[in-house]
Amino acid sequence: MSATPCYHCGAPVPAQSPPTATVAGQSQTLCSEACARTAALIEARGLTEFYRFRDGPTGTASNRDTDSQRWQPFDRPALQNEFVVRRPDGLREAHLLLQGVRCAACTWLIESALGAAPGLKSISVDPLTTRASLCWDPQRVALSELLAQLARLGYTPVPYTEDATEQAARQERRVALQRLIVAGLGMMQVMSFAVALYLGAWRDPQIEAYLRLVSLLVSTPVVFYAGAPFFSGAWAGIRGGALGMDVPVALAVGGAWCASVWNTFVGTGEVYFDSATMFVFFLSAARFLEMTGRHRAMSLTGAMAQHLPRVATRLVAGQATQVGVMELEKGDRILVAPGQTLPADGALLSERASVDEALLTGESRPVSRRRGDALVAGSLNTDQVLEMSVVRVGADTLMAQIARLVGDAGARKPRLVEIADRVASWFVAAVLLAAATVALVWWQLAPERAFEIALAVLVVTCPCALALATPAAFTVATTSLARLGFMVRRRGALQNLSRITDMVFDKTGTLTDGQPVVADIQTWQSWSADQALAVAAALESRSSHPLAKAFPVTGTLPPVAEVRAVPGAGLEGSVAGRPYRIGTEAFATAWVSGSASTPDNQAAQRQVYLGDANGLLARFGLAEQQREGARQLTGQLARSGLDLRIFSGDQAGPVSALADTLGITHWRAALQPPEKLAAVEQLQGQGRIVAMVGDGINDSPVLAGADVSIAMGSGTSLAQHSADCVLMSDSLAPVWAAREVARRTLRIVRQNLAWAVAYNLVALPLAATGLLAPWMAALGMSASSLLVTGNALRLARLPASLDAGPATSALAAEPVAACCKKPAGAAS
Amino acid sequence: MTIIYVLIPLGLMLLAAAVWAFFWAVRNGQFDDLETPAWRILMDDDSKPPPEG
Repeated sequence: MSATPCYHCGAPVPAQSPPTATVAGQSQTLCSEACARTAALIEARGLTEFYRFRDGPTGTASNRDTDSQRWQPFDRPALQNEFVVRRPDGLREAHLLLQGVRCAACTWLIESALGAAPGLKSISVDPLTTRASLCWDPQRVALSELLAQLARLGYTPVPYTEDATEQAARQERRVALQRLIVAGLGMMQVMSFAVALYLGAWRDPQIEAYLRLVSLLVSTPVVFYAGAPFFSGAWAGIRGGALGMDVPVALAVGGAWCASVWNTFVGTGEVYFDSATMFVFFLSAARFLEMTGRHRAMSLTGAMAQHLPRVATRLVAGQATQVGVMELEKGDRILVAPGQTLPADGALLSERASVDEALLTGESRPVSRRRGDALVAGSLNTDQVLEMSVVRVGADTLMAQIARLVGDAGARKPRLVEIADRVASWFVAAVLLAAATVALVWWQLAPERAFEIALAVLVVTCPCALALATPAAFTVATTSLARLGFMVRRRGALQNLSRITDMVFDKTGTLTDGQPVVADIQTWQSWSADQALAVAAALESRSSHPLAKAFPVTGTLPPVAEVRAVPGAGLEGSVAGRPYRIGTEAFATAWVSGSASTPDNQAAQRQVYLGDANGLLARFGLAEQQREGARQLTGQLARSGLDLRIFSGDQAGPVSALADTLGITHWRAALQPPEKLAAVEQLQGQGRIVAMVGDGINDSPVLAGADVSIAMGSGTSLAQHSADCVLMSDSLAPVWAAREVARRTLRIVRQNLAWAVAYNLVALPLAATGLLAPWMAALGMSASSLLVTGNALRLARLPASLDAGPATSALAAEPVAACCKKPAGAAS
Repeated sequence: MTIIYVLIPLGLMLLAAAVWAFFWAVRNGQFDDLETPAWRILMDDDSKPPPEG
């Protein structure tokens, strides 16, 4: 094996005569023809700067993807209807997910290489989300040509439709930014007038009245445009019967503004325009930051890649044509190549086939199907070309039903009352009561001051610190968890995480990394383990079968020839001139009927047998490797008093074996997606607060239904979309850190709330006695807000025990690339 | 100090102009992606692609 990895993609380079390419005057070795072509293309375009600036090795597209034919179907109007926007000026726009984009250098390469293409109006690539938007003139260039060019650069494009939530998020962000700037600029202006008023610089009643009037003018848009969300939120809260944090905020802002307007026109008393605008700005800023963090986590994790292909090969009278999947109808006959995903539910027409139904079970294990058996859209064809007849397409497929189950489960999820909202509801009551009492008392003493002082009470008890307490703490906590690779996607996730009683894990892909490894080897006929492994690896190197990954290529392989896959049984081929079979026991021993040895069958493992003409040579016990940090995490969680469970779609044997090694006593196996959800809902029915950790499409409904859910970053995008949090690192360790941070966050939120209430208890008597000037109110409000924010900032420093070091500098690019790779066949 | 009767309205006009400019930028998506533009300037655009055949 050569020591230098492929110059372009970083994969091992073959030992004998690797392809080379001249890049920037130097000859470089590459792993395959595909990489060599890509490197040569980059050189030919004069874009070799790319190799200097990129973060690491980048992807290559397979030969199939660089073929222009491959992209032809994307010119069909029926297919373009799904993801292309026709603009009124005759141009067209499409959004794509680009697999393999890692860094800004990739963006630059794509934009420079394609930018000059005739007919292409614009292309922009976001390296964080790996999304590209493309605008072209259909008269001058075909979409298929542009897609093929992207593929030749090494980035396989996947058409992508921006879903409604994403569009809404961008719109929300834009509007919030506009409100924030109005609040910010308005606040500065009003504050400058207020300072003049405080100082009483001119002692001229006319100028004072003028300054008040101008303040009124500027503060009105701040209160009613920038502050609009608080009023609408408060109104929704009152109508819904739940007094949230928006109610005291709206009360304080509205009260202060009304009182000031009154005093401006009457010409007496004090004006509080500065306090009102400052409050709106502080709170808008805090909520904007919180929202930005959440949207960022969403866009990094939730890209709903296509689980089903968009193109299918339809057979009409023996003639194969590529059509869009939405054009398929019930009864159509379609062909599916090996390594591709089935586009529709249907029945098998070929004699035999082997498909990987990880979609349903979560297990990447091929199952064999016979003619007439039902096939499920989204499963992967592992062995040979198969022919099937379509039964259900699109929204009727099992896949779509699971997606609907996700929606239903999300809607049934127990509602969380945020801690701040609970405090807010009695805070409102207390403030209103206090204002009424004060007004009543002053009515007895000095009726002419009663109204003015009651208003002062409303303004001074401004819940600024109270309203900032939670967003500040959650924003800081979310940011510091993101550094560990733990992305929080939804509000309330941290609060729920701090009070969970049970944590439920999926097995494959969550507690294990889903990759099979050879755990033990038994040999016969005086073969050595190394010998058997070398032959097995040589045979399996020609297979795309999931179990083939268990046999890694080490050193130079003996020459392999005539490898043939037998669906549902194994591989047959000759290694170094001798015939071998690898696969099930019956298959491997078929050359010698009635083989002598019958090895014992350990239920906890999958077995692969190697045989030759003389009988069995070796038995490989395959096991899944535990994910890094799994044992440590389960140990820590169990010690902290949580009940741990495993709910798996896999068979009982492997599940119980894993549960034993991790010390988890409650486990359930062979669960279908709705059963997993039902099991969690049953726990919730008993008053338990359940966290779910999973990765597969089959986990998605239960992720949506659990009180708080964590999806693995390497998992499917549907799972990430359904979850509250996404774990981007390969290790499970950050889950423990997240729980600790969540608990610390809640502690700080409580401290902040307590402080805010205490501040009000001090300020209230001062206001009630009429001793408080507006500048004191403004000062007190900013000071208490700063204190609350400063307290929240303590969360930015993780204790050394939790900080796993700078684990995630590549956080942005790497996991996204990883999840693009995962849904196999997504590009087809 | 009657000058403030002129200066403050002038200031407010500037403020309105600033808010308008900012709204225009937000609507044109200039704040949608704050990461890539920072990188773009580092990449060297000098090497023009050779004319293609």
